[in-house]
Amino acid sequence: MKYVDEFRDPRLARKLLANIRARSTQSVRFMEFCGGHTHAIFRHGLRQMLPPTVELRSGPGCPVCVTANSGLDRAIALAELPDVILVTFGDMLKVPGSHGSLQTAKAEGADVRIVYSALDALQIAREHPERAVIFLGIGFETTAPTVAATILQAEAGGLDNFYVLSLHKLTPPATCAILDAGEVRLSGVIGPGHVTVVIGSQAWEFLPRDYSIPCAVAGFEPLDILRAVSALVEMVKDDRPAVVNAYSRSVRPEGNRVALGIMQRVFEVGEADWRGLGRVPASGLVLRPEYARFDAALAFPVDPGPTREHKGCRCGDVLRGTVEPPGCLLFRSVCTPAHPIGPCMVSAEGACAAWYRYGGANV
Amino acid sequence: MCLAIPALIKSIEGTTARAEIGGVERTISLALTPEARVGDYVLIHTGFAIGVLDEEEAQETLRLLEELAEFYADEVEQPAGSSPGA
Repeated sequence: MKYVDEFRDPRLARKLLANIRARSTQSVRFMEFCGGHTHAIFRHGLRQMLPPTVELRSGPGCPVCVTANSGLDRAIALAELPDVILVTFGDMLKVPGSHGSLQTAKAEGADVRIVYSALDALQIAREHPERAVIFLGIGFETTAPTVAATILQAEAGGLDNFYVLSLHKLTPPATCAILDAGEVRLSGVIGPGHVTVVIGSQAWEFLPRDYSIPCAVAGFEPLDILRAVSALVEMVKDDRPAVVNAYSRSVRPEGNRVALGIMQRVFEVGEADWRGLGRVPASGLVLRPEYARFDAALAFPVDPGPTREHKGCRCGDVLRGTVEPPGCLLFRSVCTPAHPIGPCMVSAEGACAAWYRYGGANV
Repeated sequence: MCLAIPALIKSIEGTTARAEIGGVERTISLALTPEARVGDYVLIHTGFAIGVLDEEEAQETLRLLEELAEFYADEVEQPAGSSPGA
């Protein structure tokens, strides 16, 4: 596939790895923010091939994983309302909330449907004008503009039975929260490629400016990731932190202004609850007052009750990067993809799922 | 969630397009990339094109990678181990 195969060239990858080995003389720890990067790193065996001086640590970049139980419980409560169709991306179905999952709600009679795109939810709303169709809006800046565009389309089409429960989150504030907490020492950040297609590489300038650490925005093929690691190693070595755009075929410094404009037209920034990080100011997206009629949280006030966390599940620590999955006693023993206890084992982007599938305990 | 894959735009009608992804055609929205044209490669995320790929930048990156790979070629040993799963 064009733009994929050429960035998987094993000959170049071996040379890049050899360069990194030769150039890396001090111990560094880089956080890959994005769960997609975590899975690519594991799938291609990059961890084992990097020198012991270069440690990669997973971050909070899995939208399903960072959805707090408060949000998930609300979604389940909405799904259980009569005459509601709850529409979601597939990854959310099996995530355990405080008292069950969307899957168990579905088994008990709730109408929960899986879609590939927010636009599919719009089609369901057109086909069922007598029912309320609620789209569970999760995802970072990559996804939020697609949901915003869908809301604009619902408005243009005069649909009055389409709603969104916005649990969208913003990536730079989460990165700041981790750095501000100071629990994990980081030498640099591998910037999330597809988030940055939308927000632009300039959005990461605060990392060298305010935290004196470098950032390399990466694509998702092995050469993309190795190029980013190589750039980070060099910047640490030279003590010249900056933002390097190692995914320039897709990422522009200013991002996608149309997507940002649509996102900002429909949503405004608000506080958000993150699994692992708690309530983070100015880290979420809520519907602007002009679009409040699409807001499921306002249209259907439900009380999901107090949240409950599974004792022993360390997803929150994994998402903050303070522990790796094998550091959780439940990992592999009780918590498996077939019987997940926490979201990091459920999601296709979850760190626990990556370790379970590719890693073993020796990675 | 943030998965996005390159697709070739085959035809455009209004704000939607038919795009080829790995030999399969599907309908996508161009609401976020109105500048996309037939023949462009775009990144598809949940049914939307979120960005247009830049061929020149792709070639430049590959050239840089070759350069980077050769730059320290004399200094580094040939590594053992398997290919990076490519």
